[in-house]
Amino acid sequence: MKLSGFPTEGAVPRFNPKPAESGTVMSDIDTGTDDEVIEVGTLPLDAWHRAQGARMVPFAGYHMPIQYEGIVAEHEWTRTSVGLFDVSHMGQLLLSGPDLDAAVEGVLPIDLSTLKLGQQRYSLLLDDEGGVLDDLMVSRWPEHLYLVVNGATKWDDIGHLREHLPDEITLNHLEDRALLALQGPKAADALARHATGEYSLSDLTFMKFGRFTLAGHEVTIARAGYTGEDGFEISLPADAAEEIATLLCGEPEVKPIGLGARDSLRLEAGLPLYGHDLSPETSPIEAGLVFGINKRRRTEGGYPGAERINREIAEGTARKWVGLRLEGRMPAREGAEVFAGDTRVGTVTSGGFSPSLGYPIAMAYVAAEHAATGTALEIEVRNKRLAATVVQAPFVPHRYYRGSK
Amino acid sequence: MARYFTDEHEWIDVDGDNATVGITDYAQGQLGDIVFVELPATGTMLEKGGDAAVVESVKAASDVYAPISGEVMETNDALEDDPALVNTSPEEDGWFFKMTVGDKGELEGLMDAKAYKAFCDEL
Repeated sequence: MKLSGFPTEGAVPRFNPKPAESGTVMSDIDTGTDDEVIEVGTLPLDAWHRAQGARMVPFAGYHMPIQYEGIVAEHEWTRTSVGLFDVSHMGQLLLSGPDLDAAVEGVLPIDLSTLKLGQQRYSLLLDDEGGVLDDLMVSRWPEHLYLVVNGATKWDDIGHLREHLPDEITLNHLEDRALLALQGPKAADALARHATGEYSLSDLTFMKFGRFTLAGHEVTIARAGYTGEDGFEISLPADAAEEIATLLCGEPEVKPIGLGARDSLRLEAGLPLYGHDLSPETSPIEAGLVFGINKRRRTEGGYPGAERINREIAEGTARKWVGLRLEGRMPAREGAEVFAGDTRVGTVTSGGFSPSLGYPIAMAYVAAEHAATGTALEIEVRNKRLAATVVQAPFVPHRYYRGSK
Repeated sequence: MARYFTDEHEWIDVDGDNATVGITDYAQGQLGDIVFVELPATGTMLEKGGDAAVVESVKAASDVYAPISGEVMETNDALEDDPALVNTSPEEDGWFFKMTVGDKGELEGLMDAKAYKAFCDEL
Protein backbone atom coordinates (compact mmCIF):
# COMPACT_ATOMS: atom_id res chain seq x y z
CA MET A 1 0.00 0.00 0.00
CA LYS A 2 1.07 3.56 -0.50
CA LEU A 3 1.92 5.43 2.64
CA SER A 4 4.39 7.92 1.29
CA GLY A 5 1.91 10.74 1.40
CA PHE A 6 -0.02 10.46 4.60
CA PRO A 7 -3.31 12.25 3.99
CA THR A 8 -2.63 15.90 4.12
CA GLU A 9 -4.87 18.76 3.38
CA GLY A 10 -4.64 22.20 1.97
CA ALA A 11 -6.82 23.30 -0.80
CA VAL A 12 -4.84 24.56 -3.72
CA PRO A 13 -7.15 26.93 -5.51
CA ARG A 14 -6.12 27.14 -9.13
CA PHE A 15 -5.95 30.90 -9.06
CA ASN A 16 -3.38 30.81 -6.29
CA PRO A 17 0.08 31.15 -7.78
CA LYS A 18 2.11 31.08 -4.58
CA PRO A 19 4.06 27.83 -4.25
CA ALA A 20 4.29 28.21 -0.50
CA GLU A 21 0.51 27.91 -0.35
CA SER A 22 0.33 24.58 -2.07
CA GLY A 23 -0.28 21.25 -0.48
CA THR A 24 -1.93 18.00 -1.31
CA VAL A 25 -5.56 17.22 -1.03
CA MET A 26 -6.35 15.30 2.10
CA SER A 27 -8.43 12.71 0.30
CA ASP A 28 -5.58 11.75 -1.98
CA ILE A 29 -3.19 9.53 -0.08
CA ASP A 30 -1.19 8.78 -3.20
CA THR A 31 -0.10 12.34 -3.69
CA GLY A 32 2.84 12.98 -1.47
CA THR A 33 4.67 16.22 -1.08
CA ASP A 34 7.95 14.38 -0.60
CA ASP A 35 9.24 15.08 -4.07
CA GLU A 36 8.05 18.64 -4.29
CA VAL A 37 10.33 21.42 -3.33
CA ILE A 38 7.98 23.76 -1.58
CA GLU A 39 8.64 26.23 1.12
CA VAL A 40 6.68 25.27 4.21
CA GLY A 41 6.47 27.80 6.99
CA THR A 42 6.30 27.28 10.72
CA LEU A 43 3.66 28.70 13.04
CA PRO A 44 4.15 29.97 16.61
CA LEU A 45 3.09 26.64 18.16
CA ASP A 46 5.21 24.40 15.93
CA ALA A 47 7.55 23.15 18.67
CA TRP A 48 4.66 22.90 21.11
CA HIS A 49 2.68 20.61 18.79
CA ARG A 50 5.68 18.35 18.29
CA ALA A 51 6.20 18.18 22.06
CA GLN A 52 2.56 17.06 22.41
CA GLY A 53 3.24 14.16 20.04
CA ALA A 54 1.52 15.64 17.00
CA ARG A 55 2.02 14.21 13.54
CA MET A 56 2.82 17.26 11.42
CA VAL A 57 1.87 17.67 7.76
CA PRO A 58 2.13 20.55 5.30
CA PHE A 59 -1.17 22.40 5.19
CA ALA A 60 -1.93 25.77 3.64
CA GLY A 61 1.78 26.46 3.43
CA TYR A 62 2.63 25.58 7.04
CA HIS A 63 3.60 22.57 9.09
CA MET A 64 0.45 21.77 11.05
CA PRO A 65 -0.72 18.98 13.35
CA ILE A 66 -3.02 16.51 11.59
CA GLN A 67 -3.49 14.39 14.71
CA TYR A 68 -2.15 13.67 18.18
CA GLU A 69 -3.63 10.45 19.57
CA GLY A 70 -5.94 9.64 16.65
CA ILE A 71 -8.67 11.30 14.64
CA VAL A 72 -11.64 9.37 16.05
CA ALA A 73 -10.54 9.79 19.68
CA GLU A 74 -9.94 13.51 19.13
CA HIS A 75 -13.27 13.88 17.33
CA GLU A 76 -15.19 12.23 20.16
CA TRP A 77 -13.28 14.22 22.78
CA THR A 78 -14.34 17.48 21.13
CA ARG A 79 -18.01 16.39 20.94
CA THR A 80 -18.06 15.45 24.64
CA SER A 81 -15.47 17.72 26.30
CA VAL A 82 -13.18 20.41 24.83
CA GLY A 83 -10.67 20.48 22.01
CA LEU A 84 -7.98 23.11 21.45
CA PHE A 85 -7.29 23.76 17.75
CA ASP A 86 -4.39 25.82 16.48
CA VAL A 87 -5.72 27.79 13.53
CA SER A 88 -2.89 30.31 13.40
CA HIS A 89 -2.48 29.63 9.67
CA MET A 90 -5.63 31.66 9.06
CA GLY A 91 -5.29 35.29 8.07
CA GLN A 92 -6.20 37.94 10.62
CA LEU A 93 -6.72 41.28 8.91
CA LEU A 94 -7.50 44.68 10.36
CA LEU A 95 -9.10 47.36 8.18
CA SER A 96 -9.40 51.03 9.02
CA GLY A 97 -9.80 54.35 7.25
CA PRO A 98 -12.36 56.94 6.15
CA ASP A 99 -15.80 55.70 5.07
CA LEU A 100 -14.68 52.20 5.96
CA ASP A 101 -18.15 50.64 5.91
CA ALA A 102 -18.98 51.91 2.45
CA ALA A 103 -15.61 50.77 1.15
CA VAL A 104 -15.98 47.27 2.57
CA GLU A 105 -19.55 46.97 1.33
CA GLY A 106 -18.09 47.50 -2.13
CA VAL A 107 -16.19 44.19 -1.85
CA LEU A 108 -18.43 42.09 0.44
CA PRO A 109 -22.21 41.40 0.29
CA ILE A 110 -22.50 42.41 3.93
CA ASP A 111 -24.78 45.04 5.52
CA LEU A 112 -22.44 46.80 7.91
CA SER A 113 -25.18 49.16 9.12
CA THR A 114 -26.51 46.24 11.17
CA LEU A 115 -23.13 44.98 12.41
CA LYS A 116 -22.76 46.51 15.85
CA LEU A 117 -19.66 46.80 17.98
CA GLY A 118 -18.92 43.39 19.48
CA GLN A 119 -20.66 41.41 16.76
CA GLN A 120 -19.20 39.00 14.24
CA ARG A 121 -20.76 37.91 10.96
CA TYR A 122 -20.07 35.37 8.20
CA SER A 123 -19.39 36.86 4.78
CA LEU A 124 -18.04 35.96 1.37
CA LEU A 125 -15.36 37.28 -0.91
CA LEU A 126 -16.82 37.06 -4.42
CA ASP A 127 -15.45 37.57 -7.91
CA ASP A 128 -17.28 39.64 -10.52
CA GLU A 129 -19.20 36.56 -11.67
CA GLY A 130 -20.34 35.74 -8.13
CA GLY A 131 -17.91 32.83 -7.71
CA VAL A 132 -16.54 32.35 -4.22
CA LEU A 133 -12.94 33.52 -3.68
CA ASP A 134 -13.11 32.85 0.06
CA ASP A 135 -15.45 32.72 3.02
CA LEU A 136 -14.60 34.77 6.06
CA MET A 137 -15.66 36.30 9.36
CA VAL A 138 -16.09 40.06 9.84
CA SER A 139 -16.16 41.69 13.30
CA ARG A 140 -16.65 45.29 14.28
CA TRP A 141 -13.95 46.63 16.56
CA PRO A 142 -14.14 50.17 17.97
CA GLU A 143 -12.14 51.78 15.14
CA HIS A 144 -11.67 48.84 12.81
CA LEU A 145 -13.19 45.94 11.00
CA TYR A 146 -11.44 42.68 11.83
CA LEU A 147 -11.48 39.86 9.27
CA VAL A 148 -10.51 36.21 9.63
CA VAL A 149 -9.85 34.54 6.27
CA ASN A 150 -8.75 31.05 5.24
CA GLY A 151 -5.05 30.19 5.45
CA ALA A 152 -4.71 28.76 1.96
CA THR A 153 -6.24 31.85 0.39
CA LYS A 154 -5.04 34.66 2.61
CA TRP A 155 -2.35 36.02 0.30
CA ASP A 156 -4.78 36.13 -2.61
CA ASP A 157 -7.41 37.69 -0.37
CA ILE A 158 -5.02 40.42 0.71
CA GLY A 159 -4.14 41.11 -2.92
CA HIS A 160 -7.80 41.18 -3.90
CA LEU A 161 -8.78 43.51 -1.06
CA ARG A 162 -5.83 45.82 -1.68
CA GLU A 163 -6.76 46.01 -5.34
CA HIS A 164 -10.47 46.66 -4.78
CA LEU A 165 -10.46 48.82 -1.63
CA PRO A 166 -9.76 52.56 -1.90
CA ASP A 167 -6.16 53.58 -1.21
CA GLU A 168 -7.26 55.46 1.92
CA ILE A 169 -8.22 52.19 3.59
CA THR A 170 -5.41 50.70 5.64
CA LEU A 171 -5.10 46.93 5.64
CA ASN A 172 -2.97 45.38 8.38
CA HIS A 173 -2.13 41.69 8.24
CA LEU A 174 -1.75 40.71 11.89
CA GLU A 175 1.12 38.31 11.40
CA ASP A 176 2.19 38.76 15.00
CA ARG A 177 -1.02 37.17 16.27
CA ALA A 178 -1.89 33.52 16.75
CA LEU A 179 -5.43 32.12 16.63
CA LEU A 180 -6.66 29.31 18.86
CA ALA A 181 -10.11 27.71 18.77
CA LEU A 182 -11.47 26.16 21.95
CA GLN A 183 -14.42 23.96 20.99
CA GLY A 184 -16.76 21.64 22.82
CA PRO A 185 -19.63 21.50 25.32
CA LYS A 186 -17.31 22.23 28.28
CA ALA A 187 -15.33 24.99 26.56
CA ALA A 188 -16.96 27.78 28.55
CA ASP A 189 -16.24 26.02 31.86
CA ALA A 190 -12.57 25.66 31.01
CA LEU A 191 -12.10 29.15 29.61
CA ALA A 192 -14.05 30.91 32.41
CA ARG A 193 -11.37 29.84 34.92
CA HIS A 194 -8.81 32.03 33.12
CA ALA A 195 -10.51 34.76 31.09
CA THR A 196 -11.57 38.07 32.58
CA GLY A 197 -12.93 40.79 30.43
CA GLU A 198 -15.40 43.47 29.51
CA TYR A 199 -18.21 41.15 30.46
CA SER A 200 -18.79 37.61 31.62
CA LEU A 201 -18.40 34.74 29.18
CA SER A 202 -22.05 33.88 29.81
CA ASP A 203 -22.96 37.18 28.11
CA LEU A 204 -20.73 36.37 25.15
CA THR A 205 -23.29 34.59 23.01
CA PHE A 206 -22.80 32.97 19.60
CA MET A 207 -21.21 35.33 17.03
CA LYS A 208 -20.27 37.99 19.57
CA PHE A 209 -16.77 38.94 20.54
CA GLY A 210 -15.03 40.99 23.22
CA ARG A 211 -11.69 41.96 24.70
CA PHE A 212 -10.47 39.75 27.52
CA THR A 213 -7.37 39.14 29.59
CA LEU A 214 -6.01 35.61 29.52
CA ALA A 215 -2.95 34.74 31.63
CA GLY A 216 -2.11 38.43 31.75
CA HIS A 217 -2.26 38.87 27.98
CA GLU A 218 -4.75 40.99 26.09
CA VAL A 219 -6.74 38.82 23.74
CA THR A 220 -9.97 39.05 21.78
CA ILE A 221 -12.41 36.20 22.08
CA ALA A 222 -15.24 35.43 19.67
CA ARG A 223 -17.91 32.86 20.46
CA ALA A 224 -17.72 30.94 17.22
CA GLY A 225 -16.05 27.97 15.65
CA TYR A 226 -16.03 25.29 13.01
CA THR A 227 -17.19 22.17 14.82
CA GLY A 228 -20.91 22.80 15.43
CA GLU A 229 -20.21 22.85 19.16
CA ASP A 230 -20.22 25.79 21.54
CA GLY A 231 -16.79 27.35 21.64
CA PHE A 232 -14.45 30.26 21.21
CA GLU A 233 -11.88 31.63 18.82
CA ILE A 234 -9.10 33.43 20.66
CA SER A 235 -6.84 35.92 18.91
CA LEU A 236 -3.68 36.39 20.93
CA PRO A 237 -0.11 37.67 20.62
CA ALA A 238 2.02 35.03 18.89
CA ASP A 239 4.63 35.17 21.62
CA ALA A 240 1.99 34.22 24.21
CA ALA A 241 0.67 31.26 22.20
CA GLU A 242 2.74 28.56 23.93
CA GLU A 243 1.93 29.86 27.38
CA ILE A 244 -1.80 30.06 26.68
CA ALA A 245 -2.00 26.71 24.86
CA THR A 246 -0.23 25.06 27.80
CA LEU A 247 -2.50 26.82 30.28
CA LEU A 248 -5.70 25.75 28.49
CA CYS A 249 -4.52 22.17 27.93
CA GLY A 250 -3.75 22.04 31.65
CA GLU A 251 -7.49 22.06 32.28
CA PRO A 252 -8.79 18.49 32.70
CA GLU A 253 -11.44 18.97 30.00
CA VAL A 254 -9.06 20.19 27.30
CA LYS A 255 -6.87 18.29 24.82
CA PRO A 256 -5.16 19.49 21.64
CA ILE A 257 -6.96 18.39 18.47
CA GLY A 258 -5.53 18.09 14.96
CA LEU A 259 -6.70 19.02 11.48
CA GLY A 260 -8.05 15.52 10.83
CA ALA A 261 -10.74 15.78 13.48
CA ARG A 262 -11.33 19.42 12.60
CA ASP A 263 -12.35 18.20 9.15
CA SER A 264 -14.59 15.35 10.34
CA LEU A 265 -16.24 17.64 12.90
CA ARG A 266 -17.00 20.39 10.39
CA LEU A 267 -18.34 17.84 7.90
CA GLU A 268 -20.79 16.49 10.49
CA ALA A 269 -21.76 20.10 11.22
CA GLY A 270 -22.48 20.61 7.50
CA LEU A 271 -20.03 23.51 7.27
CA PRO A 272 -18.31 24.11 3.91
CA LEU A 273 -14.53 23.95 3.50
CA TYR A 274 -13.10 26.44 1.05
CA GLY A 275 -11.27 24.84 -1.88
CA HIS A 276 -13.42 21.72 -1.59
CA ASP A 277 -17.07 22.75 -1.13
CA LEU A 278 -16.62 26.36 -2.25
CA SER A 279 -14.57 27.69 -5.15
CA PRO A 280 -14.74 30.29 -7.92
CA GLU A 281 -16.88 27.73 -9.78
CA THR A 282 -19.57 27.72 -7.07
CA SER A 283 -21.97 30.48 -6.15
CA PRO A 284 -22.97 31.02 -2.52
CA ILE A 285 -26.62 30.50 -3.46
CA GLU A 286 -25.89 27.05 -4.88
CA ALA A 287 -24.10 26.34 -1.59
CA GLY A 288 -27.10 27.40 0.49
CA LEU A 289 -25.22 30.37 1.91
CA VAL A 290 -27.89 32.94 1.10
CA PHE A 291 -27.59 34.23 4.70
CA GLY A 292 -24.12 35.44 3.69
CA ILE A 293 -25.81 37.91 1.31
CA ASN A 294 -27.31 40.34 3.79
CA LYS A 295 -30.91 41.40 3.18
CA ARG A 296 -30.37 44.99 2.13
CA ARG A 297 -27.72 43.91 -0.37
CA ARG A 298 -30.12 41.49 -2.08
CA THR A 299 -32.16 44.41 -3.32
CA GLU A 300 -29.54 47.15 -3.51
CA GLY A 301 -26.71 45.08 -4.98
CA GLY A 302 -23.45 46.99 -5.40
CA TYR A 303 -21.16 44.07 -4.51
CA PRO A 304 -19.14 41.84 -6.86
CA GLY A 305 -21.33 39.33 -8.66
CA ALA A 306 -24.53 40.97 -7.42
CA GLU A 307 -26.34 40.62 -10.72
CA ARG A 308 -25.97 36.85 -10.89
CA ILE A 309 -26.43 36.27 -7.19
CA ASN A 310 -29.54 38.41 -6.79
CA ARG A 311 -30.99 36.66 -9.84
CA GLU A 312 -30.23 33.26 -8.29
CA ILE A 313 -31.87 34.31 -5.02
CA ALA A 314 -35.03 35.19 -6.96
CA GLU A 315 -35.07 32.36 -9.47
CA GLY A 316 -33.20 29.53 -7.75
CA THR A 317 -30.17 27.63 -9.01
CA ALA A 318 -29.78 24.63 -11.29
CA ARG A 319 -27.84 22.73 -8.64
CA LYS A 320 -27.77 22.70 -4.87
CA TRP A 321 -25.34 21.64 -2.19
CA VAL A 322 -26.94 18.85 -0.16
CA GLY A 323 -26.12 16.38 2.57
CA LEU A 324 -26.07 12.67 1.74
CA ARG A 325 -26.31 9.72 4.09
CA LEU A 326 -24.72 6.58 2.66
CA GLU A 327 -25.81 3.02 3.28
CA GLY A 328 -23.17 0.54 4.38
CA ARG A 329 -19.76 1.55 5.67
CA MET A 330 -17.83 2.47 2.53
CA PRO A 331 -17.25 6.24 2.40
CA ALA A 332 -17.48 8.35 -0.74
CA ARG A 333 -14.79 11.00 -1.06
CA GLU A 334 -14.44 14.33 -2.83
CA GLY A 335 -14.83 13.93 -6.59
CA ALA A 336 -17.13 10.88 -6.49
CA GLU A 337 -19.99 11.20 -8.96
CA VAL A 338 -23.64 11.14 -7.93
CA PHE A 339 -26.26 9.36 -10.03
CA ALA A 340 -30.04 9.16 -10.30
CA GLY A 341 -30.46 5.92 -12.21
CA ASP A 342 -28.15 6.13 -15.23
CA THR A 343 -27.99 9.91 -15.18
CA ARG A 344 -25.10 11.68 -13.55
CA VAL A 345 -26.65 14.43 -11.42
CA GLY A 346 -23.81 15.70 -9.28
CA THR A 347 -20.41 15.45 -7.59
CA VAL A 348 -19.32 14.90 -3.99
CA THR A 349 -17.30 17.82 -2.60
CA SER A 350 -16.60 16.45 0.89
CA GLY A 351 -17.20 13.00 2.30
CA GLY A 352 -16.03 10.61 4.92
CA PHE A 353 -16.99 8.29 7.71
CA SER A 354 -18.84 10.10 10.49
CA PRO A 355 -17.32 9.10 13.84
CA SER A 356 -20.32 10.47 15.76
CA LEU A 357 -22.96 8.75 13.64
CA GLY A 358 -21.14 5.54 12.72
CA TYR A 359 -21.91 5.70 9.01
CA PRO A 360 -20.51 7.54 5.98
CA ILE A 361 -21.77 11.01 5.11
CA ALA A 362 -21.05 13.37 2.24
CA MET A 363 -21.83 16.80 0.87
CA ALA A 364 -22.44 17.13 -2.87
CA TYR A 365 -23.68 19.53 -5.50
CA VAL A 366 -26.64 17.85 -7.20
CA ALA A 367 -29.16 18.96 -9.82
CA ALA A 368 -31.96 20.87 -8.09
CA GLU A 369 -34.64 18.36 -9.14
CA HIS A 370 -32.81 15.68 -7.12
CA ALA A 371 -32.01 17.85 -4.11
CA ALA A 372 -35.16 17.37 -2.02
CA THR A 373 -34.71 15.74 1.38
CA GLY A 374 -35.44 12.03 1.15
CA THR A 375 -34.43 11.66 -2.52
CA ALA A 376 -32.73 8.31 -3.17
CA LEU A 377 -29.50 8.65 -5.19
CA GLU A 378 -26.38 6.60 -5.85
CA ILE A 379 -22.72 7.50 -5.53
CA GLU A 380 -20.10 5.76 -7.65
CA VAL A 381 -16.97 4.67 -5.78
CA ARG A 382 -14.41 2.45 -7.53
CA ASN A 383 -17.00 1.28 -10.07
CA LYS A 384 -19.51 0.39 -7.37
CA ARG A 385 -22.79 2.17 -6.78
CA LEU A 386 -23.43 3.08 -3.15
CA ALA A 387 -27.00 3.87 -2.09
CA ALA A 388 -27.41 7.34 -0.59
CA THR A 389 -30.28 9.51 0.59
CA VAL A 390 -30.48 13.30 0.59
CA VAL A 391 -30.70 14.42 4.21
CA GLN A 392 -30.90 17.75 5.97
CA ALA A 393 -27.51 19.13 7.02
CA PRO A 394 -26.13 19.52 9.65
CA PHE A 395 -25.81 15.79 10.16
CA VAL A 396 -25.07 16.40 13.84
CA PRO A 397 -27.14 19.25 15.34
CA HIS A 398 -25.35 22.51 16.14
CA ARG A 399 -25.10 23.29 19.83
CA TYR A 400 -24.20 26.96 19.74
CA TYR A 401 -24.61 29.05 22.89
CA ARG A 402 -27.28 31.67 22.31
CA GLY A 403 -27.70 32.72 25.94
CA SER A 404 -29.27 31.24 29.03
CA LYS A 405 -33.02 31.00 28.94
CA MET B 1 5.67 -21.16 7.51
CA ALA B 2 7.56 -18.01 6.62
CA ARG B 3 6.49 -14.40 6.82
CA TYR B 4 7.60 -11.84 4.24
CA PHE B 5 7.08 -8.11 3.97
CA THR B 6 6.80 -5.72 1.04
CA ASP B 7 8.08 -2.17 0.86
CA GLU B 8 4.40 -1.19 0.44
CA HIS B 9 3.72 -2.42 4.00
CA GLU B 10 1.88 -5.65 3.26
CA TRP B 11 2.81 -8.88 5.05
CA ILE B 12 2.41 -12.36 3.58
CA ASP B 13 2.56 -15.68 5.44
CA VAL B 14 3.53 -18.49 3.07
CA ASP B 15 2.64 -22.08 3.93
CA GLY B 16 3.43 -24.35 1.01
CA ASP B 17 1.26 -23.31 -1.95
CA ASN B 18 -1.00 -21.07 0.12
CA ALA B 19 -0.50 -17.66 1.67
CA THR B 20 -2.28 -15.18 3.96
CA VAL B 21 -1.99 -11.43 3.36
CA GLY B 22 -2.54 -8.37 5.54
CA ILE B 23 -1.09 -4.93 6.25
CA THR B 24 1.58 -4.26 8.83
CA ASP B 25 1.33 -2.68 12.24
CA TYR B 26 3.38 0.22 10.90
CA ALA B 27 0.85 0.75 8.11
CA GLN B 28 -2.19 0.73 10.39
CA GLY B 29 -0.44 3.20 12.67
CA GLN B 30 0.11 5.55 9.76
CA LEU B 31 -3.46 5.20 8.50
CA GLY B 32 -5.18 5.68 11.82
CA ASP B 33 -8.74 4.59 12.53
CA ILE B 34 -9.86 2.15 9.86
CA VAL B 35 -13.58 2.24 9.11
CA PHE B 36 -13.94 -0.03 6.09
CA VAL B 37 -11.96 -2.65 4.18
CA GLU B 38 -12.90 -3.53 0.63
CA LEU B 39 -11.70 -7.08 -0.05
CA PRO B 40 -11.31 -8.86 -3.39
CA ALA B 41 -13.90 -11.46 -4.37
CA THR B 42 -12.94 -15.10 -3.93
CA GLY B 43 -11.60 -16.38 -7.24
CA THR B 44 -10.04 -13.04 -8.24
CA MET B 45 -6.69 -13.50 -9.98
CA LEU B 46 -4.19 -11.10 -8.47
CA GLU B 47 -1.02 -9.88 -10.08
CA LYS B 48 2.05 -9.03 -8.03
CA GLY B 49 2.02 -5.30 -7.37
CA GLY B 50 -1.55 -4.90 -8.63
CA ASP B 51 -4.55 -3.58 -6.67
CA ALA B 52 -5.85 -6.18 -4.24
CA ALA B 53 -7.89 -4.35 -1.59
CA VAL B 54 -8.75 -0.87 -0.35
CA VAL B 55 -8.51 0.36 3.24
CA GLU B 56 -10.65 3.32 4.22
CA SER B 57 -9.55 5.28 7.25
CA VAL B 58 -11.50 8.25 8.58
CA LYS B 59 -9.52 10.51 6.30
CA ALA B 60 -8.57 8.61 3.18
CA ALA B 61 -8.79 5.55 0.97
CA SER B 62 -5.55 3.60 0.50
CA ASP B 63 -4.83 0.84 -1.99
CA VAL B 64 -3.40 -2.46 -0.82
CA TYR B 65 -1.29 -4.27 -3.42
CA ALA B 66 -0.84 -7.99 -3.99
CA PRO B 67 2.59 -9.04 -2.66
CA ILE B 68 2.70 -11.89 -5.21
CA SER B 69 0.52 -13.25 -8.01
CA GLY B 70 -2.15 -15.85 -7.30
CA GLU B 71 -5.84 -16.56 -6.83
CA VAL B 72 -7.89 -15.27 -3.91
CA MET B 73 -9.20 -18.30 -2.01
CA GLU B 74 -10.84 -16.76 1.05
CA THR B 75 -11.39 -13.34 2.61
CA ASN B 76 -11.63 -12.33 6.27
CA ASP B 77 -15.36 -11.90 6.90
CA ALA B 78 -14.66 -10.56 10.39
CA LEU B 79 -13.45 -7.29 8.85
CA GLU B 80 -16.92 -6.59 7.51
CA ASP B 81 -18.40 -6.15 10.98
CA ASP B 82 -15.25 -4.99 12.70
CA PRO B 83 -12.81 -3.21 10.38
CA ALA B 84 -11.02 -1.85 13.46
CA LEU B 85 -9.49 -5.34 13.80
CA VAL B 86 -6.91 -4.04 11.35
CA ASN B 87 -5.94 -1.46 13.98
CA THR B 88 -6.05 -3.75 17.00
CA SER B 89 -4.56 -6.90 15.45
CA PRO B 90 -3.10 -6.02 12.05
CA GLU B 91 -0.73 -8.95 11.79
CA GLU B 92 -3.02 -11.65 13.28
CA ASP B 93 -6.84 -11.40 13.44
CA GLY B 94 -6.92 -8.48 11.02
CA TRP B 95 -5.67 -10.49 8.02
CA PHE B 96 -7.22 -9.56 4.65
CA PHE B 97 -7.31 -12.61 2.38
CA LYS B 98 -5.83 -16.01 1.64
CA MET B 99 -4.39 -16.72 -1.80
CA THR B 100 -2.52 -19.32 -3.80
CA VAL B 101 1.19 -18.90 -4.43
CA GLY B 102 1.36 -18.67 -8.20
CA ASP B 103 5.11 -18.37 -8.52
CA LYS B 104 7.41 -18.99 -5.55
CA GLY B 105 10.11 -17.04 -7.37
CA GLU B 106 8.13 -13.84 -6.65
CA LEU B 107 8.91 -14.26 -2.94
CA GLU B 108 12.52 -13.45 -3.63
CA GLY B 109 13.05 -9.77 -3.15
CA LEU B 110 10.50 -9.51 -0.33
CA MET B 111 11.86 -8.64 3.10
CA ASP B 112 12.02 -10.72 6.27
CA ALA B 113 10.92 -9.23 9.61
CA LYS B 114 14.37 -7.89 10.43
CA ALA B 115 14.84 -6.23 7.06
CA TYR B 116 11.33 -4.75 7.19
CA LYS B 117 11.94 -3.30 10.64
CA ALA B 118 15.15 -1.69 9.39
CA PHE B 119 13.21 -0.40 6.37
CA CYS B 120 10.56 1.23 8.60
CA ASP B 121 13.20 2.72 10.90
CA GLU B 122 14.55 4.58 7.89
CA LEU B 123 11.16 6.11 7.02
